[in-house]
Amino acid sequence: MTALPPPELVCPAGTPAGLRTAVDAGADTVYCGFQGPTNARNFPGLNFTPKQMAQAVIYAHERDAKVLAAINSFPTAGRTHIWKQAIDDAVECGIDAIIIADIGMARYLAARHPDQRVHLSVQAGASSAEAIRFWCDRFDIKRVVLPRILTVAEIRKVHDEIPCEIEAFVFGNIGMMAEGRCSLTNYVTGSSTNLDGVCSPANHVHYHEDDQGNLTSRLCDVTIDRYAQGENAGYPTICKGRYNVPHKEHYYAFEEPVSLNLTHLLPDLMRAGVTALKIEGRQRSRAYVRAVVSAFRAAVDDYAAGRTPDVSHLLALTEGQRETQGAFRSKTWR
Amino acid sequence: MEAELTMGPVLFNWEPDIWRDFYLQVADEAPVSTVYLGEAVCSKRAPLFDKHLEEVVTRLEAVGKDVVFSSLAEVTSAVDRRLVKKVAGSEAVDIEVNDISALWHLGGRTHVIGPFVNVHNEESLDAFAENGAHHICLQPEMPKEGIRALAGHALKRNVTLEVQIFGRVPLALSARCYHARAHGKTRDSCQFICERDPDGMVLRTLDDTPFLTINGIQTMSYTRLNLAGELEELTAMGIARFRLSPQSTGTVKASTIFRDVLDKKLSAEEATEQLRSCGPDVPFSNGFYHHRPGVEWRTPGVR
Amino acid sequence: MMTEHDSAPLSDTPRQSLRSNKAAPAFPVPLPLFVLQPLLRHIVTTVAGRHPDLFERLGDSQKKKFLIDARGLPLVLVLQPDGDAPQLHAHNRHCVPPCDVRIAGSFPTLLRMIDGQTDSDALFFSRDLSISGDTEASVALRNAIDDLDTTLAEDVVACFGPLAGPVRAVLDYVSGTGRQRQ
Repeated sequence: MTALPPPELVCPAGTPAGLRTAVDAGADTVYCGFQGPTNARNFPGLNFTPKQMAQAVIYAHERDAKVLAAINSFPTAGRTHIWKQAIDDAVECGIDAIIIADIGMARYLAARHPDQRVHLSVQAGASSAEAIRFWCDRFDIKRVVLPRILTVAEIRKVHDEIPCEIEAFVFGNIGMMAEGRCSLTNYVTGSSTNLDGVCSPANHVHYHEDDQGNLTSRLCDVTIDRYAQGENAGYPTICKGRYNVPHKEHYYAFEEPVSLNLTHLLPDLMRAGVTALKIEGRQRSRAYVRAVVSAFRAAVDDYAAGRTPDVSHLLALTEGQRETQGAFRSKTWR
Repeated sequence: MEAELTMGPVLFNWEPDIWRDFYLQVADEAPVSTVYLGEAVCSKRAPLFDKHLEEVVTRLEAVGKDVVFSSLAEVTSAVDRRLVKKVAGSEAVDIEVNDISALWHLGGRTHVIGPFVNVHNEESLDAFAENGAHHICLQPEMPKEGIRALAGHALKRNVTLEVQIFGRVPLALSARCYHARAHGKTRDSCQFICERDPDGMVLRTLDDTPFLTINGIQTMSYTRLNLAGELEELTAMGIARFRLSPQSTGTVKASTIFRDVLDKKLSAEEATEQLRSCGPDVPFSNGFYHHRPGVEWRTPGVR
Repeated sequence: MMTEHDSAPLSDTPRQSLRSNKAAPAFPVPLPLFVLQPLLRHIVTTVAGRHPDLFERLGDSQKKKFLIDARGLPLVLVLQPDGDAPQLHAHNRHCVPPCDVRIAGSFPTLLRMIDGQTDSDALFFSRDLSISGDTEASVALRNAIDDLDTTLAEDVVACFGPLAGPVRAVLDYVSGTGRQRQ
């Protein structure tokens, strides 16, 4: 195997301790968000205060790592000041890039902080070269995080047609719906994924295990799935549930509870022109961050040195303890 | 400004002749000022009704209706991209942009922003207006506080706003086709199986409660949006146009009912009663508007 | 060895329905839990004193009562991670007070979790960990604990002072993973 230039490993952190864990485990870059609705992982007990973000940036920079701030939900009319404050705070603490999805916040950044490096979030759903070019032309976007719906061949073509870097997801939860445009959670709970940064918010999730060990997950009064005793479970999101249609019962209508794992496609992604490899999971624990980041650090370094890495131990951390290459390998996934 | 009704694009896969007949009936009978045409959901479907497009446009324009071509909402594959390029290149009509890729093709030409594009705040509206948008159809998720704030701001920017008031609510898009998946096929080998369900395929929970509607790559509500009771408030906010999303039956009749509500010939309660027979017999919803779960229906005692 | 069926009844409605035997007398079974109580009080006040940030992360969830049910043990723990007055009590599993959340798993599983050795989402996916009641509070607690610079298990071990070494050895033996901390 020929050596490839090492890509940037972009890793998640839900807490300051998580960020330090990611940096120490070999992350080139860590992405995180502020507490509150300004990012797409607005979970209880998660995320950073402005002070914690500033300390995190210092910690990372002292170790040659970068920090990206995800400010990637969509502000609703009348409360854009919360998002603008988050942007100002991130710029103030010397963040390496801000990840945005809302065109209004891109406009604000361009006007107020023209020198700040900006990345386009996966929440912007820019899935074609034309859409990405629009963002680059108008707002000088330096990097696009691609939706998890393109094949490697398509990524290569996109790369050849756009003026900015590509960041691609390689591991973690696989969102089934086009990011930034999914109202399923809001339809059931009244809290919005796009506007409040919540997907199946915990305060609306209920688990019930009966005497036989069958586990039922519900979002408000909607049954998402029912697992037999010992059967592996998944996240209680609408797109990972089992449903009935007239001719078929008890099936995963959208996707099974699996995780994306592209370790075996890493060389292909690197050759396709992907600058940065992104690991999903700001909502996961430090144990997850440590394990996944270490494994990918080793894998990326192995590939860069022309070696074939062993990544078999990552399976235990995946949802439903099953993994997929999702859309990346071939169009038959669609 | 007098409030107008519009007919959104057919989001389902209808047989081409049924598709044509629907629009010919709209031309003859529906009191709508604007008709959106074209495939917003799946690029594979677009060629099916292409042969009727010219006839339909001619008939609609002959009776004085404004025709707008809707662009595809999710654009990834080469086929998707070609379709967007083709639609955006139609210079004789206005274009509804449902994905940012169409904006790149339009290059600043004046256009409509469709409901699949995120416009949730004043700065976003400014950004799109600066780029050539003269009219914006808001996302169905938008609560009334947001609609009111944007309506005030849009006035200053000389942009008009539209809100969907009737039909199933678009909730999500995916690269994967869930109609094909339900029939053990993939999107590439789908054999247009979605044609069997002209109002979508109902998805039930494991408790057998109807929950969502599958329309190819799109996921919609099982319930039907009905904002008859909110029309007066929306009109007072300055919303210029109200969109009906086509269903296989009763859509033209629904447009006459909503016209009567706008003209104060019919109360919202009477309208809602009459609207029950227009389209699939499923519950109404209006929760999003009231900043509640979208599935909810906020008129006490009526469901 | 107790089985799944012996544990407190599960429900998805909080507090009241987690009250398993509210009419039961205080200590009907001869378990000398009162012996444990000073130690538990020491542990919870020490941990709380060391990590004031924990309570900011917990937010409103610090007022919630968490039933920690290590399956196979005759006792359960009830934690109220209140910044002002943190509480940790052992209860006989036949007279569990009303709680908001129940977190259940085998003792080694729970130990590995508070020792930061394993990911709780992964434990949930594999059904080694079960959560019922107030899901939001359980997520907040998980995330708050995960932000501690030490692990909760290390803090607990430190509470044993001169016995910390032997206690650590016992915990490592029970969790079955050996001493793998960084």
